[in-house]
Amino acid sequence: MRAFSDLLDRLSLTSSRNAKLTMVRDYLRQTSDPDRGWALAALTGELNFDAVKPTFIRKAVEARMDAQLFAWSYDYVGDMAEAVSLVWPGKPGANREPVLSEVIEGLRSSSRAEAQGRIEAWLDALPQARERWALLKLVTGGLRVGLSARLAKQAVADLGDVAVAEVEELWHALEAPYEPLFAWLEGRTDKPSSANPARFRPAMLAQALDEAVDFTKLDPDHYAAEWKWDGIRVQLAHEAGVRRLYTRTGDDISRTFPDVLDALAEDGVLDGELLVMRAGQVASFGDLQQRLNRKTVDAKLMAAFPAALRAYDLLQEGAEDTRALPFDLRRVRLEAFVIRQANVRIDISPIQPFSSWPDLAALRTSPPPGDPQIAEGLMLKRRDSTYEAGRPKGPWFKWKRDPFLVDAVLMYAQRGHGKRSSFYSDYTFGVWTEDAAGGRVLTPVGKAYFGFTDEELKRIDKFVRDNTLDRFGPVRSVRAEPQAGLVFEVAFEGLQRSTRHKSGVAMRFPRIHRIRWDKPPGEADELATLEAMLA
Amino acid sequence: MIRPQDLLCPRPEGLYCPPGDFYVDPVRPVDRAVITHGHADHARAGHGAVLATPETLAIMAERYGADFAIATEAAAYGRAVARDDVTVTLVPAGHVLGSAQAVVQWKGLTMVVSGDYKRRRDPTCPLFEPVPCDVFISEATFGLPVFRHPDDGEEVARLLRSVTQFPERSHMIGAYALGKAQRIIRLLREGGWDRIIYVHGALERLNGLYERHGIDLGPLAPATGGAKADFAGQILIAPPSALQDRWSRRFPDPVAAFASGWMQIRARARQRGVELPLVISDHADWDELTATVAEIRPAELWITHGREEALARWAELQGIPARALALVGYEDESED
Repeated sequence: MRAFSDLLDRLSLTSSRNAKLTMVRDYLRQTSDPDRGWALAALTGELNFDAVKPTFIRKAVEARMDAQLFAWSYDYVGDMAEAVSLVWPGKPGANREPVLSEVIEGLRSSSRAEAQGRIEAWLDALPQARERWALLKLVTGGLRVGLSARLAKQAVADLGDVAVAEVEELWHALEAPYEPLFAWLEGRTDKPSSANPARFRPAMLAQALDEAVDFTKLDPDHYAAEWKWDGIRVQLAHEAGVRRLYTRTGDDISRTFPDVLDALAEDGVLDGELLVMRAGQVASFGDLQQRLNRKTVDAKLMAAFPAALRAYDLLQEGAEDTRALPFDLRRVRLEAFVIRQANVRIDISPIQPFSSWPDLAALRTSPPPGDPQIAEGLMLKRRDSTYEAGRPKGPWFKWKRDPFLVDAVLMYAQRGHGKRSSFYSDYTFGVWTEDAAGGRVLTPVGKAYFGFTDEELKRIDKFVRDNTLDRFGPVRSVRAEPQAGLVFEVAFEGLQRSTRHKSGVAMRFPRIHRIRWDKPPGEADELATLEAMLA
Repeated sequence: MIRPQDLLCPRPEGLYCPPGDFYVDPVRPVDRAVITHGHADHARAGHGAVLATPETLAIMAERYGADFAIATEAAAYGRAVARDDVTVTLVPAGHVLGSAQAVVQWKGLTMVVSGDYKRRRDPTCPLFEPVPCDVFISEATFGLPVFRHPDDGEEVARLLRSVTQFPERSHMIGAYALGKAQRIIRLLREGGWDRIIYVHGALERLNGLYERHGIDLGPLAPATGGAKADFAGQILIAPPSALQDRWSRRFPDPVAAFASGWMQIRARARQRGVELPLVISDHADWDELTATVAEIRPAELWITHGREEALARWAELQGIPARALALVGYEDESED
């Protein structure tokens, strides 16, 4: 447990992606089977124990120590698993320290009542608070140490110096503790077979289009265009009676969307956008968010926010892998396939005809009313492109619509993390509104921490330090008056009504677009300007 | 009938001893003071006469200049000194170099002021000595059951593993300038790190003082000059406030480590942007506090500062009457 708990401990306090990769990779390299496989399953969210509830842990600890002393401890720490791991009165030497695989196999093979007894015995035997903390995180479900499943898979791929797509494609054919996977990556055996039904196929991603460079080189006749719908990219699979819905990184979200899961009558695998649709009309991303990140879903929610798939591509038809076919051909087969399913939960993302780049640019800036209003932009796909895993350069481009822009005033700055911990790099900005007394005041409308260069960051950091009004831990409030302060031109993708924000609006994907050193804050935008965008 | 409060009682200036006419660790200038150790919140400049260990007097002179008090008297560990009718004996507290408990005796009554203390081994100062007494006056900085400091050798081993794991980065340890910094350096030497340790300018004078007292810190160098890349794979020690200071930008992607008992609490580490918390403290943790009270088993326990209510409750549950003095002016272990 010690190496695993050290890993969780470090991951939870590290913000750098590269540092996290190094930690996971080193752990997997230095740990033997089956422990490392179980650790990988835990890190990728494949294990879901809800063996115990917080109340059980609380009772167990209160049986061992004064309840008042524990109450003060919990108040101070604020996290039940952490508080219990720290105060647990161990019985060193009472039992042998369990190894990770013993814990996991023990939990998998026991009833809830048995599991509770085992957990108490392990807590007694583990000598370090960090280990007890890791155990409690494991048994209460969800490690939440800030590591995505994809990053864990990247670390696995690095072990054998293979592309992460290879690991992703294999992933759902394998089971913890993944001994054949490690054996292959370490060159001891052949690659395991990925031929399990309804497995995940690694997604093909698009590069961002650089208008200035790419249009001079690209021939419009070679490309097909379609809207980039504003939902989440998914893969829907139906093979040999197995039905699955995956995110674009291969997370299985089948249970969250049973309404879409059943949409395929024939065997096949589709790439598409998951949306909430009512009578063929796409609803806002906000509606889709009502359905995301839920373990289960009830009929009421499905009726209120009906999900559907808008198909982009066909990866498998019956027993045939279609990924090596050119896009145009896949498209013809896709259209026929979707029509045959005859299901209201699936439709096709229509191809948008155009003859020249200026023609396409006009479409992008003035889409026809209705559906395209909520598209994020356009996709360009080379007509002869095969379906390749990852983000190859050239075959697919995304051309996002121009962001919304607003001039806002810097109000608060917060220290960054990792490399940026000596800089004030996270900014809360606001726009002008009227307070109850009719005075002109700033109200915060968003927060952004990128969109500027390192040089600009240095200059903003200096501005923050020179114009600090007050300090609250890592946060400083900054001078923001009509004639003194700093204006950011903020870019964002969309605006939603929000009851959680005082201003009543929340931005999607805000970032600093330009720093207006020249502009007096008094000339920044009004809240009314943002409210007008909501309509 | 002699009552303990006739011998020592809390006043705004600190704990006062009427029959001896002196204060212990007063937070304001007074005529006569007994100083337990050199941390700034316990040892202030401007008193009339100061009684302390020779090491503590040297630390005060280093920090405040030779004229930090009108008169000083050095009392080596174990030597009884008379203050009017009262006898004061300083015995090791195990906190930092020169740290002492003040054993105050008068008319058959013995009271021990612990100052700050810890019970575990520290390569830079002698071990805490328990003294039987009627009233034990304890600190309680870490007086909650959540504070249980792990083995310091293991904490340093974790740091050294991280140095091996990230050879392209520097490791910067935040440590209080008096005591913690030198203890960390000694622990690193014991852990096998014999290379140069780079130190922030604010630590240099006290490092020198420790070395003059026979504590070998090994090769040290100022953390200035040199190219950024020269510090890859190196260990730096700085006051905690420097971790997030602009000072840190001259080093390659530093891993922020912080050696403190507070690092036991993850939210504290996260709040300070600490990537590698090292739970190493010069204060007694919960187990040490309770074991010490159980060992001495005083007729009464008084608690000077820290999280008094939990330790007081624990003592009451053990049948030892406890009283929280709620003295103000003593900071928690340097939070800067």
